[in-house]
Amino acid sequence: MSVVFERPRLTVPVSERDHVLGPATAPVTLVEYGDYECPFCGAAHPIVKQVRQVMGDDLRFAYRHFPLSQIHPHAYQAAEAAEAAGAQGRFWEMHDLQFANQDRLGPRDLIGYASTLDLDLERFVTDLRSHAYAGRLREDFLSGVRSGVNGTPTFFVNGMRHDGGYDLETLLEALRAEL
Amino acid sequence: MVSDLEMSEPTDERNDALRAGTPAPAFELKSTPDESVRLDDFIGRRLIIAFYPADWSPVCTDQMALYNEILPEFQRLGAALVGISIDHAWCHVAFARSRNLHFPLLADFHPKGEVAQAYGVYDDEIGMSERALFVIDEEGVIGWSHIAPIGVNPGADGILAALESMAAAPVPA
Repeated sequence: MSVVFERPRLTVPVSERDHVLGPATAPVTLVEYGDYECPFCGAAHPIVKQVRQVMGDDLRFAYRHFPLSQIHPHAYQAAEAAEAAGAQGRFWEMHDLQFANQDRLGPRDLIGYASTLDLDLERFVTDLRSHAYAGRLREDFLSGVRSGVNGTPTFFVNGMRHDGGYDLETLLEALRAEL
Repeated sequence: MVSDLEMSEPTDERNDALRAGTPAPAFELKSTPDESVRLDDFIGRRLIIAFYPADWSPVCTDQMALYNEILPEFQRLGAALVGISIDHAWCHVAFARSRNLHFPLLADFHPKGEVAQAYGVYDDEIGMSERALFVIDEEGVIGWSHIAPIGVNPGADGILAALESMAAAPVPA
């Protein structure tokens, strides 16, 4: 076909609203749209960790929620749980626990992880019951849709969608090309 | 920023898809073995038609799953959604159930691909429809159309932009 497709761009840049690891001054920003129950995201999780280790202060990483809740029945509440933990300063710990336990993301499991992280459980449960972070999840989801996120995981490297693979080598190559 | 007008311009010379401003061809297709859906059922509402090659194929599955998640947003913008492929209604039922889809999949099965042909998006070489999107307005006129390469999930951005740019969004009941 003669159609030339431009790679989609991230429509909502990384800001203070995002969950971010790495310095704001890093020359490369990697954004992931992910789903805690998606096996491909689970596979990408350790790769992202390795990439962060290798890149050090050259990389800033941000994670946004894109739960496909009609396929993954626990994904939405898991994203809410990560936000509820984030409200208590433990977003990344909950993020890691959920990716490490993708087949155990039921309500009891989530409360168990909150307990492991020593969170205020009453507050955590209230946040989940009241869907306190529904607005934020919708923002993340729609920003993904408008940026060309068509499935998970989808990565953006310095604002451009990364259409290559997300094995360590390919991802590192894409990130290093920005240095 | 590409304007909506430019977005609706087909860029592929092989593209025979009906363009904006054309009345949408009428259809009546099975959504299940004993239920049918007609274009006329949607007059007064906006309708998104997603033609796709085949149930169960990886890209189609991702695309339909994505639209399923975005359905509330489509509805907020006054639009209903149907998917159309050449699969039989029984196949659609199984596919929709397996993916928990909340919108109808219509069987362009017999005569095969007739509706896709009417919309100019049937690929005779492969015997399936192309991956094509249409947004039809409240009066049954095509407001936007787009053909994606067969292996590329076109996402929903173009649909949302088209719905937003169409004048006088109806207030959802």
